[in-house]
Amino acid sequence: MHRLQSVAARSLMAGALDPCPALSAPPPAKRPNRGGLRLPAAGVKRYNAAGAPAAVAAAALVNRKARDKTLTMETLNPQVKAVEYAVRGPIVIKAGEIEKSLQEGCKRPFTEVIKANIGDAHAMGQQPITFLRQVVALCTFPELMDSPSFPEDAKRRARRILQSCGGQSLGSYSASQGVDCIRKDIAAYIEQRDQGVPSDWENIFLTTGASDGIVNILRLLVSGAGRSRTGVMIPIPQYPLYSAAIAEMGAVQVNYYLDEDNCWALDVNELHRSYQAAKEHCQPRVLCIINPGNPTGQVQSKKCIEDVLHFAYEENLFVMADEVYQENVYAPDCQFHSFKKVLYEMGPEYFNSVELASFHSTSKGYTGECGFRGGFMEVVNLDPEVKAQLVKLLSVRLCPPVAGQAAMDVIVNPPQPDEPSFTQFHKEKAAVLGALADKAKLTEQILSAVPGIKCNPVQGAMYAFPQIFIPPRAVEEAKALGMQPDMLYCLRLLEETGICVVPGSGFGQREGTYHFRMTILPSPEKLKVLLEKVRDFHMKFLKEFSTLEEPQCRVQA
Amino acid sequence: MTENGFLHHGKVLTLDSMNPNVKRVEYAVRGPIVQRAVQIEKELREGVKKPFTEVIKANIGDCHAMGQKPITFFRQVLALCSYPELLEDNKFPEDVKNRARRILQACAGGSIGSYSASQGIELIRNDVARYIERRDGGIPCSPDNIYLSAGASDGIMTMLKLLVSGEGSSRTGVMISIPQYPLYSAGLAELAAVQINYYLDEAKCWSLDVKELRRALEAARKHCRPRVLCIINPGNPTGQVQSRQCIEDVIKFAAEENLFLMADEVYQDNVYAEGCQFHSFKKVLFEMGPEYSEKVELVSFHSTSKCYMGECGFRGGYMEVVNLDPEVKVQLTKLVSVRLCPPVTGQALLDLVVNPPQPDEPSYATFIKERSHTLAMLAEKAKMTQDILNQVPGISCNPVQGAMYSFPSIQLPPKAIAEAKEKGQAPDMFYCMKLLEEKGICLVPGSGFGQRDGTFHFRSVMWILKVFFIKKLTAAPFGPVKTDSGSFVPIGRFH
Repeated sequence: MHRLQSVAARSLMAGALDPCPALSAPPPAKRPNRGGLRLPAAGVKRYNAAGAPAAVAAAALVNRKARDKTLTMETLNPQVKAVEYAVRGPIVIKAGEIEKSLQEGCKRPFTEVIKANIGDAHAMGQQPITFLRQVVALCTFPELMDSPSFPEDAKRRARRILQSCGGQSLGSYSASQGVDCIRKDIAAYIEQRDQGVPSDWENIFLTTGASDGIVNILRLLVSGAGRSRTGVMIPIPQYPLYSAAIAEMGAVQVNYYLDEDNCWALDVNELHRSYQAAKEHCQPRVLCIINPGNPTGQVQSKKCIEDVLHFAYEENLFVMADEVYQENVYAPDCQFHSFKKVLYEMGPEYFNSVELASFHSTSKGYTGECGFRGGFMEVVNLDPEVKAQLVKLLSVRLCPPVAGQAAMDVIVNPPQPDEPSFTQFHKEKAAVLGALADKAKLTEQILSAVPGIKCNPVQGAMYAFPQIFIPPRAVEEAKALGMQPDMLYCLRLLEETGICVVPGSGFGQREGTYHFRMTILPSPEKLKVLLEKVRDFHMKFLKEFSTLEEPQCRVQA
Repeated sequence: MTENGFLHHGKVLTLDSMNPNVKRVEYAVRGPIVQRAVQIEKELREGVKKPFTEVIKANIGDCHAMGQKPITFFRQVLALCSYPELLEDNKFPEDVKNRARRILQACAGGSIGSYSASQGIELIRNDVARYIERRDGGIPCSPDNIYLSAGASDGIMTMLKLLVSGEGSSRTGVMISIPQYPLYSAGLAELAAVQINYYLDEAKCWSLDVKELRRALEAARKHCRPRVLCIINPGNPTGQVQSRQCIEDVIKFAAEENLFLMADEVYQDNVYAEGCQFHSFKKVLFEMGPEYSEKVELVSFHSTSKCYMGECGFRGGYMEVVNLDPEVKVQLTKLVSVRLCPPVTGQALLDLVVNPPQPDEPSYATFIKERSHTLAMLAEKAKMTQDILNQVPGISCNPVQGAMYSFPSIQLPPKAIAEAKEKGQAPDMFYCMKLLEEKGICLVPGSGFGQRDGTFHFRSVMWILKVFFIKKLTAAPFGPVKTDSGSFVPIGRFH
């Protein structure tokens, strides 16, 4: 439902709230009236030139009268049309326009746009891990191997990677699954992470960021028509890559709701409810889990993972575990448990049967290397014939970017205690993760203190997803503008403070509740200012739309 | 699933239950023959005795894997972008540092580790637009129409995705050349679009004949709605370079038949034959006047993987869209945003390709030397490939006017064809497998690209056709090869 409304919102946004309308992009031009006098004439001419049979040409003529472009909104792939991706959606496009207008000297009540919409660590000032960049630079320009300013361990890593590349160059294609030695390093890393649970490097596939892997596994899984069309269970709130990919492939999205009152925990009863309801109109075959949660920041307990795996086993579901935030756990009483490890510990009956794909990435963790588009997935219990199909599918895209593969290798094979870069590496890693933990706490504290905002603890990942109370009058105004209430809220926040966050409707939320997602990535000073601005804005917003009601968050059913 | 639940734990995802479109995908360039090649390599490492000591992979246009050296300037700038501490290192020339600084300033947070805009870094899109304008003699190009991509393949798939719609006889039909680069057939299979074959004329140096386009179109109209025409120029695997006249004819045809044009121009800098010249579809379109230039929808693709740089691993590329409906463009931007952004190092590399060292800059001389050397080697090998292959009875090879491949036709003895059929293999697959098993040379059979019935070909990357390889391929005969079904009659030295 929110899709329709946010489409409407997009076209409304261009002027509605904009103090500098002249500088913003015009709304998509209404297509000129197609047809007209010129076209039929051209059609006849074409018919003559083509010498096509009269019937065909006549049909074509009718066709041409209706339009002159081949690719229009009417002929566009309808599944593409259905795709929504709020993290880079209308509000972010708007933020870009405002940024430009600031550069061009337009006066605003703020001097910069702070993009808290996306988990883009380096854009927020996080420094790269020196060792990772040294290895990538050495791989890129191997003449640097002779430079005394690079440590031996970085050179060793680079040499090893290059030896595994065709012609010893990052510029050659790798195997479709990725560079062999990197796949082996990943398997070793997983075994270590999972305290000895075996990992076969032939089950490791390098990817272009985690998104690429997720989309490719979904692509394999989507089949059937009508009631036997593949249903994909996703959490609500979810990371909108899932809903976007499901829309693009014409699969059926099956929502299960996380429990906001219980710190966004996953409840297996809700999985059952959702599964049973979905069985009426599709064939649920896939269960997607994001742990730690995006946008919700919860870290799943081991018991909960066990329950989920048991459920998947019982109902014969393929499990997709999005574990890209596995290094990002801040709450002292929480710990990351990989689905693979828990599955193993549940015994061979489970470990040898539940099909599982787990995803990881260079973009998050302590490295935040988003631009390299590095990542991998591990598949467990994948049918060997299907695995061959997967390799074939991946081969069409030739290979993931090799520099991103090299970056991934550093993450899974970091400096060891006896190596020269060890101390600095760990110092940098600890600094990033420590700062994130502080910011997670700070965000929760400041937001929770605001009347009308309720923020669960940010146990992990990189986001806060607070619930915001939106007064009924604001809800009405949003409806009149044809947009979601939280979209209105976020647009106003952007217009008045320059802070760009993503409305909860882009991730999905329980009917009648409103949220936004913001990253905790800005520097502590900036984050504090940002949160205070959000607080002030919220109070002002409440006042502006206040009725006699006391501001409060609605309690969920 | 059974009632007692014991077979309940059959797999969710099996060959039977998986996406049938994915099952139909075929990609010969990395198909069974390449898998076998990898296996043989492994066997060699494990000490298995073979009549050769290394596998020569001529299946894919992977220049660096074949020993081509990267362009120094490109790699220097990329190293500085990756590790900006090197900006302080006085061993790097100033133009390298300037370029790296300029790119980093265009990245959020001054880091290539941040996401770029979905469409690509704005500065780089501007540079690409200016490059296209220079290439096309001043025909304007707007950076808004430039989308950076992860290699050209990514762009091609994205555009096809937009274009595929309808059901049954109104399902989108996409016209592709035969022989084609199998990304197209794979993409179409995955998207369940209808593949419409038009045949290139082998007897006329693989040229494209508009009559054949028309024939293919009319035939296809009966069962689908043809909406897209894909052209690969210079040709892959066929190596022809389209004449300006031919491009004009194709554009007229597309205009008449309301077809969306997809021009795969990744080999635009790889033209070797005297008298041949690369003409971009965009330029020809605009020279045909507003009747065409304001109407025909065109997308052109380019890549960092080919030409003189051959940087395949970086997955850099771009596409330029012309006359795309503005609302559809918004949809395109939305679609690419789901994947966040193309790899930023690939984007940086692309920037260097479209904005190379200038005559007054310190790296200019080395850059020109390296580039000319690579292109001259390619031209020489193109000539050599064709000369040597054509001396072999039973092999006939068209001039390699451009791109990086030769695609000779091979005559196969009936006995070999019969044996292949018995094995359920395409005869040229059988041939290439034998070549791989006996000589360690990995080629891709013509059947992976498509060819006229009864003809057989292989595609070989000419880049690696060093003299020793040619000798191995030609002088060391296949036969008479003892096989279960007798021996091949050697057709000249080759077989």
